[in-house]
Amino acid sequence: MTAACPSCAGVQQDAPTAPPEGVADHLLYLPDIHCPACLQSVERALTTLPGVLDARVNLTRKTARVHAPALADSALIEALAKAGHRAASADGAERPDDEDLVPRIGVAGFAMMNVMLLSVAVWSGAAGATESLFHLISAMIAVPAVIFSGRPFFVSAFRALSSGRLSMDVPIALAILLATGASAAAAVLGTDQHGWFDAALALTFFLLVGRYLDQTARRAARSAATHLAALEVEQAVRLNGQDEEIVKASDLVIGDLILLRPGDRAPADGQIVEGLTDLDRSALTGETTPASAAPGDAVSAGEVTLSGQITLKVTAAGADTSLARIAAAIDLAENQRTRYASLADRAARAYAPVVHVLSAAAFLGWWAIADAVRALDVAIAVLVITCPCALGLAVPAVSAISTGRLFKNGLLVKSNTALERLADIDTVVFDKTGTLTTGEPRLEGTFDPDALALAAGLARGSRHPLSRAIVKTAEENGIAPITVEHLTERPGQGVEGRLGGQTVKLGKADWLGCEPGAGAEVWLSDGRSAPLRFGFQETLKADAEATVQTLRTAGYDVAMLSGDTPGAAARMGRTLGIEVALGGLTPADKLDWIEAKTSQGARILMVGDGLNDTAALAAAHASMAPGTALDASRNAADVVILGQGLSGVPETLANARLATRRMRQNIWLAGLYNVVSVPVALLGFATPLLAAIAMSTSSLTVTANAFRK
Amino acid sequence: MSVLVVLIPVSLTLGLGGLVAFWLLLKNGQFSDPEGDASRGIDDAWDDRPRPDR
Repeated sequence: MTAACPSCAGVQQDAPTAPPEGVADHLLYLPDIHCPACLQSVERALTTLPGVLDARVNLTRKTARVHAPALADSALIEALAKAGHRAASADGAERPDDEDLVPRIGVAGFAMMNVMLLSVAVWSGAAGATESLFHLISAMIAVPAVIFSGRPFFVSAFRALSSGRLSMDVPIALAILLATGASAAAAVLGTDQHGWFDAALALTFFLLVGRYLDQTARRAARSAATHLAALEVEQAVRLNGQDEEIVKASDLVIGDLILLRPGDRAPADGQIVEGLTDLDRSALTGETTPASAAPGDAVSAGEVTLSGQITLKVTAAGADTSLARIAAAIDLAENQRTRYASLADRAARAYAPVVHVLSAAAFLGWWAIADAVRALDVAIAVLVITCPCALGLAVPAVSAISTGRLFKNGLLVKSNTALERLADIDTVVFDKTGTLTTGEPRLEGTFDPDALALAAGLARGSRHPLSRAIVKTAEENGIAPITVEHLTERPGQGVEGRLGGQTVKLGKADWLGCEPGAGAEVWLSDGRSAPLRFGFQETLKADAEATVQTLRTAGYDVAMLSGDTPGAAARMGRTLGIEVALGGLTPADKLDWIEAKTSQGARILMVGDGLNDTAALAAAHASMAPGTALDASRNAADVVILGQGLSGVPETLANARLATRRMRQNIWLAGLYNVVSVPVALLGFATPLLAAIAMSTSSLTVTANAFRK
Repeated sequence: MSVLVVLIPVSLTLGLGGLVAFWLLLKNGQFSDPEGDASRGIDDAWDDRPRPDR
């Protein structure tokens, strides 16, 4: 279809979301699918769409790959929306970097098992020519396998060494290389030295498994979080004289005129030059009542125009908007947080030097009393035995299991130290609007059906949240809206129309000549009798009260920081039983409050969704954001709650505590095993058989402990 | 011990066969969606007759 007006033609051509025709495979992200029924319904919706040749959902990654050469992504997304699924185009070039760990694990496992077979023969008494032959065959299998499978460790160890650091991978790489190298040399030269091939391969195998677990657990969560960001692309409609042009928000410059239609989010700071509207400022300030705005008023990036179409003159764009300044504050706080040393890091930092010193001491000590070959053998034994096979699994196994468990329940753990930081929490701070409440107002009290029918008839002409609440209440009570003629929206005032020769109005108190009451309200006038008041209250999330109660019972301090009026905040605090319920706070006030509390020793979990919370989210010890939150808030949060409710908060905290306890236990278990086995190795009694047994049992113990509920 | 001349290559070939099979399955995407595959198992959509297009 060709656009009727010239300005729309430009819009369609420039729309960045329309891919060129001929893209055969589409990758869509479906954040909400979680069950067999969703999978079926998505595939049915896609395959019944004309032009779709094939569609396959990946439930693990929450994506769908669609083969539809003739269609654009937007057509597919629309079809899915009709079936009730949120979808976004995902980057087709997605290639997670841990993908190549799986073949490495496969090769290491294969080589380990085959070498182990040959080693068992040697341990059970094969000698002479058979032993040398077995060693040679083992070398032929082990050397290429180690070179291929051990690559991630060698690369990481080399990187650490060349920047002058000592990471956990250094002793690992050293142990694998020395054990393989010395054993290969012995096999070729035909000396009757111990073969450490199986140990080197087992070490590689177990550590690769640990690393794989570590990455997979968070990959799903993190890619889900990035895809969520793809659901909203920042665009702007720029006016060039009479023409409209769709540009990226980042391309705007000061002085540009941009057009905002009802429901649009402002992409830059600006001043209204034309049009009247109501602005939803809740994302920035947390205030629930929309503010009316007229030419001359300032609009900040992130605010939504509700009722009228407005033209803005851009006063700050890109990095200078208030939005971007908040983002910069987040970056700063994020950097501070990445300095948090994880349990595994701290263990490794203490551990790596000890391993090196011990094996070097063993080598020197044995060199003094025996020959160099024997000394090297003992040094390898010490390295292999102390090598943190169990330690490498201790933390990843636990975090993989916990994040996996949370992911199943719709909680995305994005940061790798999040679980440990969440376990420290003693205070939970909630934002009000959009976090404890749904952000949607609800009609309070009961109403005369006729009045509600008329109000709904008028409200249908408006996108204002209060209007939508009226329409929704009418629908819920089965009241059909009365059809009103000549429906017009008066931005900043209300809606009016004609009914039976009378002018009927729905809108602000002063527009209808009434005394404004407290809280959110609209007034209805049917042109005959006195205006009727409709009051609204915020809708609490269904489980908000239970969540606060659970947290308090579990011994957490609960507080609420809101940008809404102090009165509204106090009311909400009373409803929920939160004693510290502060209102009228700016983003900086929230940040200050959190910093002050932190300096008094509190460990704060911030739960918030708005832009006004992002600085607080980043500054708190740990943070969570609902999936409905703005992009910036989700980025700042450690954990994103995908579901509707808040019950994820206590659930995550409980899981984090359990996980951290298991991690500590595992580190102790791994350490205990070293305390027993290191003296044996130092004294030269360690054989490859002993090492293999010890390594396997300790790895199994830690993994089993991680799985324990 | 001459039986080893046969047994060792046989064991290695079998092992390698397993490795190659694993590799092919991996490339084939058999392990890319364990959760979805589990769900498809209990899907009753094409229980009565085979899906026509494949």
